[in-house]
Amino acid sequence: MLKITNLHVGLEEEDKAILKGVDLSVGAGEVHAIMGPNGSGKSTLSYVLAGRDGYEVTDGSAALDGEDLLEMEPEERAAAGLFLAFQYPVEIPGVGNMTFLRTAVNAQRKARGEEEMSAADFLKAIRENAKTLKIDPDMLKRPVNVGFSGGEKKRNEILQMAMLEPRMCVLDETDSGLDVDAMKLVSEGVNALRDAGRSFLVITHYQRLLDHIKPDVVHIMADGRIVKTGGPDLALEVENNGYADILSEVA
Amino acid sequence: MGAAEKNMGAAITPADGPAWAQSARDDAAARLAATGLPGRRDEYWKYTDPTSLTEPEAAQAALFKSDESPFFDGIDRLRVVFVDGVFDADASDNLTLEGVEIERLAEANADIHWAKGIFGVLEANGQIPVVRPLAALNTATAADGVLIRVTKTPSRPISLVYRHADERSDAMLHHVVRVESGASLTLLENGPAAARFNKVMEIDVADGAEFHHVRAQGRDHERRVATHMFARLGQESVFKSFTLTMNGVLTRNEVVIELTGDDAVAHVAGAAVGDGDFHHDDTVFITHDALRCESRQVFKKVLRNGATGVFQGKILVKKDAQKTDGFQLSQALLLDDDAQFLAKPELEIYADDVLCSHGSTTGAIDEDALFYLRSRGVPTVEAQDLLVLAFLAEAIEEVEAEDIAEELNTRLTGWLERRR
Repeated sequence: MLKITNLHVGLEEEDKAILKGVDLSVGAGEVHAIMGPNGSGKSTLSYVLAGRDGYEVTDGSAALDGEDLLEMEPEERAAAGLFLAFQYPVEIPGVGNMTFLRTAVNAQRKARGEEEMSAADFLKAIRENAKTLKIDPDMLKRPVNVGFSGGEKKRNEILQMAMLEPRMCVLDETDSGLDVDAMKLVSEGVNALRDAGRSFLVITHYQRLLDHIKPDVVHIMADGRIVKTGGPDLALEVENNGYADILSEVA
Repeated sequence: MGAAEKNMGAAITPADGPAWAQSARDDAAARLAATGLPGRRDEYWKYTDPTSLTEPEAAQAALFKSDESPFFDGIDRLRVVFVDGVFDADASDNLTLEGVEIERLAEANADIHWAKGIFGVLEANGQIPVVRPLAALNTATAADGVLIRVTKTPSRPISLVYRHADERSDAMLHHVVRVESGASLTLLENGPAAARFNKVMEIDVADGAEFHHVRAQGRDHERRVATHMFARLGQESVFKSFTLTMNGVLTRNEVVIELTGDDAVAHVAGAAVGDGDFHHDDTVFITHDALRCESRQVFKKVLRNGATGVFQGKILVKKDAQKTDGFQLSQALLLDDDAQFLAKPELEIYADDVLCSHGSTTGAIDEDALFYLRSRGVPTVEAQDLLVLAFLAEAIEEVEAEDIAEELNTRLTGWLERRR
């Protein structure tokens, strides 16, 4: 599904390397977690995959089902099936949540040469998904993320994911700013979307999210590289011993 | 030779018309002779070059052609049509409307007319402390226009439609509106009007009366226009005006409001989108001269490709206008480096118990929001248009009638889509 090879990335504005040769391969239907200390490059990886400005890829590649992601515009990546759940979802005053989602769903369909979703079908789908995520219908009418609590913003990200039905979902610190109940709700939303044809890359600082979203593979990232890969147990190791042990072990 | 004559190239001759209007016209001509027409060096015209509004001949302007339906077409309204500034009875609806008297200025020949205390009077009041010579010129020489007196809230809006048929037309109209106590009027205005258009509207809103105004101007027309609204607000009266401007080479909209009765409310708002050779100027002067009045200004402009936006807004709070609530917001979204926004927000307050605020910002598209939308699959141009509409939404929300607000949004969407 997602294949990242020897990815080197620096900042466009200053001469600073952040990713220094990331290798990562996520198969169809798999859930991979990336853990790592602050500043290890986890969020940069998610932004580079989604196509945010400000980064310069100096070497390596990232492909989604063989298609070169790095050559595509952000909207093309989305239409190809990539989705990034933002760590800090952006507030957009003046754009209604519903209008935004409908525009996005239909833009992706159009890009893929599919028929647009009818207003009735869209409404039905969004109501069902909102109900599952315990999203108040009123939130759908409000401007995108404006005045939403931290938990509401993250649930709104998962709602978008559910509506857009991506193949490859990247979750960037989706647990940050969530209390236990909100984290459970968000995790249930994610788990409901797990599917043989859909893969997840879950970026997190803490192990606790992985109690709810069980990963198949866990990667430890440090200083711009994947330094260790293992099963779910690796996350527990981090939880118990911190990153220092692992980092000294691979150093 | 007075300054005006120098500028005009000819002496001002007051228009012929009803006898009751003659003294106001003579007075306006005398005031104009004293001040002269605006020039580039006038402080009040610092950001807008008045030359094309004052030179003897109007510059040519191509006739507006579009596949789009005319503005407000879907709204049940009474149409009063002017072609190149001349009333067209055949194109207009029957001017009979319950609760309203509608008369053509040129034909309002009653010896004693209700408009006498308003015509040229509100305009003259509005010349202090800043002179507005184009309005004086209008009072003195505009031969046509409409006089509307509302005694009972009519069943539908009155719609002034300005058609343009002659590429060199130089039109002037002077309207007077009086909304009597307890009545409410919705007035619509739209159309390219003329190659050059000078329009004055004087509005007297009596105690407890309401005046709602929505205007759509410009579109993709080459026309040049200067408009003035002079309003006087009685106790507990409401005045709400919104203007949508889409292109047009030069637009100067002046709004002068005097809150003279306690607890009156005045809202003025505008949305303007300009692409290319576009200069749009909102100049607003609101005087609070009574207790507990509220005024609100919300102006938003989206500019690109060399377009210029101007905002000059002033709130003057007189000594006894305690508990005044004044709010003023002017914002521009510049879509490229060629566009510019010039703003001069002013507060002048002599009362000591007031709440007044003003804010003016100039900015570009929010890159974070743009990326967020794109990351969800919305193509850049569509995402940008969504953000433009979102930026303007705060101004459009000032329009209370939902069907009209919806039409404004649809028109703006169409305008943006045609530029993709």
